[in-house]
Amino acid sequence: MNSFFERKYIIQGVFIAVAIVIAARLFYLQLIDESYLLSANNNVLRKMVIYPARGVILDRNGQVLVQNEPVYDLLVTPREVKDIDTALLCELVGIDKAGFDRRMATARSYSPYKASQFEKQIPSTAYAKLQEHLYKFRGFYVQNRTVRSYPDSIAAQFLGYIQEVNDRDIERSKGFYRPGDYIGASGVESAYEELLRGQRGVKNVMVDAFNRPQGVFADGKYDTLAVAGDGLVSSLDKDLQILAEKLMRNKIGSVVAIEPSTGEILTFVSSPSYDPNMMVGRERGNNYMKLLYDPHKPMFIRPIQAQYPPGSVFKVVSALTAQQAGLIDQHTVFNCPGGYRYGGGRAIMRCTHVDGPIPLITAIQRSCNTYFGYTYARMIDHRGMPTSEAYTLWREASMKFGIGHALGIDLPGEKSGLLPTSDFYTKRYGNAKWGSGYNISLSIGQGEMGITPLQMANIMAIVANRGFYYRPHLIKGIGEKKIVKPEFTEKISAGVDEKYYEPVVEGLSRAVNVPGGTGYAVRIADIEMCGKTGTAQNPHGADHAVFFAFAPRENPKIAIAVVVENAGYGGVWAGPIASMLVEQYLKDTITLPKYIQDRIHNADLLPKPKVEKPKETVRTAPQRDPMPPRKPDEDVQFIHHSLVAINRYD
Amino acid sequence: MTNHPRHRLFGGDVDWFTVLLWFSLCIIGWFNIHAAVFDPEYPSLFNLNTNYGKQSIYIFSAMILAITILIVDAKFYSSISPILYAITILLLITVLIVGRNVGGNQAWIPIGSFRLQPSEFAKLATCLLLARYLSAQSTKSPNLKNLFLGAIIIFLPVILVLMQPDTGSALAFFALVFVFYREGYISGAWMLFGALAILLFVLALAFNPWIVVLTLAAICGLAIYYFRKKIKIIINVVILFALSTIYVFSVEFAYKNVLQSHQRNRIDVILGKIDDPRGEGYNLNQSMIAIGSGQFWGKGYLQGTQTKYNFVPEQSTDFIFCTIGEEWGFVGCMVVIGIYLTLLLRIINIAERQRTAFARIYAYGVACILFFHFAINIGMTIGIVPIIGIPLPFISYGGSSLWSFTILLFIMIKFDSNRKGIV
Repeated sequence: MNSFFERKYIIQGVFIAVAIVIAARLFYLQLIDESYLLSANNNVLRKMVIYPARGVILDRNGQVLVQNEPVYDLLVTPREVKDIDTALLCELVGIDKAGFDRRMATARSYSPYKASQFEKQIPSTAYAKLQEHLYKFRGFYVQNRTVRSYPDSIAAQFLGYIQEVNDRDIERSKGFYRPGDYIGASGVESAYEELLRGQRGVKNVMVDAFNRPQGVFADGKYDTLAVAGDGLVSSLDKDLQILAEKLMRNKIGSVVAIEPSTGEILTFVSSPSYDPNMMVGRERGNNYMKLLYDPHKPMFIRPIQAQYPPGSVFKVVSALTAQQAGLIDQHTVFNCPGGYRYGGGRAIMRCTHVDGPIPLITAIQRSCNTYFGYTYARMIDHRGMPTSEAYTLWREASMKFGIGHALGIDLPGEKSGLLPTSDFYTKRYGNAKWGSGYNISLSIGQGEMGITPLQMANIMAIVANRGFYYRPHLIKGIGEKKIVKPEFTEKISAGVDEKYYEPVVEGLSRAVNVPGGTGYAVRIADIEMCGKTGTAQNPHGADHAVFFAFAPRENPKIAIAVVVENAGYGGVWAGPIASMLVEQYLKDTITLPKYIQDRIHNADLLPKPKVEKPKETVRTAPQRDPMPPRKPDEDVQFIHHSLVAINRYD
Repeated sequence: MTNHPRHRLFGGDVDWFTVLLWFSLCIIGWFNIHAAVFDPEYPSLFNLNTNYGKQSIYIFSAMILAITILIVDAKFYSSISPILYAITILLLITVLIVGRNVGGNQAWIPIGSFRLQPSEFAKLATCLLLARYLSAQSTKSPNLKNLFLGAIIIFLPVILVLMQPDTGSALAFFALVFVFYREGYISGAWMLFGALAILLFVLALAFNPWIVVLTLAAICGLAIYYFRKKIKIIINVVILFALSTIYVFSVEFAYKNVLQSHQRNRIDVILGKIDDPRGEGYNLNQSMIAIGSGQFWGKGYLQGTQTKYNFVPEQSTDFIFCTIGEEWGFVGCMVVIGIYLTLLLRIINIAERQRTAFARIYAYGVACILFFHFAINIGMTIGIVPIIGIPLPFISYGGSSLWSFTILLFIMIKFDSNRKGIV
């Protein structure tokens, strides 16, 4: 001990002071600042997304339309690869040594510590063999994924396809999707995306400083399981669909069949179609471009996107709405001298027959243009009100049959069709002084009228139901409980009383079942099918063949519309196809003569290859019978088509 | 003089309380080394291939060393000190020639499967020789010549260690400045001056030197105004200001031109001048994440994710405190700091109760060196001092470090146990 003894306190004081500083700092780090805990969790926690299986889609009888097929990706973590039998691995995967080296180099350049894809989509057969030996290959892992698979390669446009999300999808979903996710891009896949996609699961994995997984965090307490997407039960009848697609092969057109009592769509064919499996797998990109540039436009969903002047089917609507308006009745007779004269007798809308006095049922049976010309004139010109008001009444009554507005089918991209407003004509003719003669073609479903094959079939469903319909739909049950969307169980009235249907139904029945009827050739023994041939005008080439029908007459089970483009007269092509489908559906057999069947099966009605004109600018030649004077056309191209319509038969 | 119970053993009164503190630090060290390198796939406790397995051997041999030291006659240490010092100087030279380069420092001499780190033993030898030299002068009043010669004893190993270059270990020697202070060689004013110089050093680096100088000028201006009637003080203030200005700019110059880039970066990280959690700041950032995420009670033994998954480098050696902070939380940290502080204060008390100047000076040396390691090591893990690679005494993994600190401490305990005997 010496004179500087008291300095010990200073030194001890320094020690204590430093310890306090350290303690204070620790107090701050550990008890005040929470960010370090967060950082520590960010360091070790990796949220791994577990992808759910997409919902499976079945047909109405429980047969699979689209399912998921497992494929296997082989992943490699280059850093962990040690002493492996390269030759054996190459053999199992089906690559050569150079390919092995190339893949390893790619993986290494991505990251030596993280797993990256070595070979993708190894089919299950090759995988089975690989799996047996996998334990020998340290650093290699297999990850399974699922891809869509279509066992029968049918109903492509209905089912649609999925694709990787793009930036817009991600943005729109407010971050639900992440790059690399798949999203339904068309058809049911798109319409029911939110149900089909299921719910992603999250697995919290701990990783070390090199990002190598080290195990499950907190025994999986914060993990969530992936929930598989809801399965969907389609209204489609797979066998009928297969037959319909076969019949429509090498033809352009649509087939839509509806169960009238429910609105369920039994068949939904857009031809030409494509194999939906083309939109899956490694060749998808090429296939997609091929389909996109196919001149026959297989990606075009004709049943809901193609719009045709309906022709005869609209006479059915006319007959019903006119009766409801009290302007004609079952016994109303008009004289048919072989055509309907209008415009002061200067113009004529010709008829196929000269029938003389003709009642309603016969007019339907024989598709008399004259009769419906007079009917239309009564509805537009003789109601004691301005033309535009009368026209509006007529239009609204027609629209109740699903014309001119989208029916609300559960597919994206449905077109509404065309049914102009009275303003359209007032604008076209410069004043409101126009009359039925100015658009008389509407009376027989030609002119400025466009409806989709779906709408045609729906009109038949309305007639079959004698006055109402359910929104046509493709999915009749969602999930385990087979829930039906409420909008598809709502009965929609067409606004015409049931009693007015009988003459129409009788006319349609006679058209098929009485010798000389337009559909007599395709009648079905034992089944009273009610239907009619039709012809949709096509200014670009041969007319489109149409046949629409429902059967049986009492308690109908199926309403159908068949459109075959460029096939000319409806009875020749569309009729047999409709007949065969109806018979197949109702009787599970086809009695139509073999030679007709063969003719249909073997026909190739695709337009012969010619130079595609991107824009259709050809105008139709002037008409034999002049129309009322018109202002120069300021309207849509569709109007040009209408000019053709006037003196068609049917 | 003391009320502590004493036991007649090893030829004197051993201060068992200090021994207990030492032992508890060793055990805390072992458990945290175990946690730091624990691999759930190989959970065996005593695998000699692992760090904790080896550390159990080191701890065991350190106990044998401690007993040996207590048995040997106290006078032996005094007489052997020049030889020991000479040997360590030789070893320090040897390590520069044949040493194994680990982590950029040529600090280890490989002996069989072990590696000897002479700089750890150099602290011990320096302490002993310094104590011997200064105690020989203790009858005279402190003078500059003795201070200078004492400083040489310190600077010789410092220079050799710096050549490895192991800045951290070299800096530890400077902690012995408190010995000179205690013995009266350096006045309190100079200590304060030194502290201010360090403060100014940090400020000069942390801020633009012009700002520092201007601030100083403002303070000096105020001082001159306050003492405007005392010319002498004003002159002193002006001189002080001039010196400070030169100092600030030379620090800036030295920082830019003398320090190596990695040292500069470490300082910058601490001062918040660069924010680079992936590069230079990685160690510190991960270290603070580990400690900060421990919160109050810690994550529990072997539950530290930062520790377990190797986010913190050097976890069982220099950054062992991270494991303590993460797994034992604030409570665990306070316990460890408490043990250290108790040990340091106890050593000072022990020093002051020695009859001989030699034992007292030596004990102060021990306290200084332990204090420096404690403050700098923990300080760097929590981001208040730059990262300097020095171990946490008795806790960090490593034979050389554990042995040298144990010898250091137990020689002091031996002196203490012997203090009633005849010198």
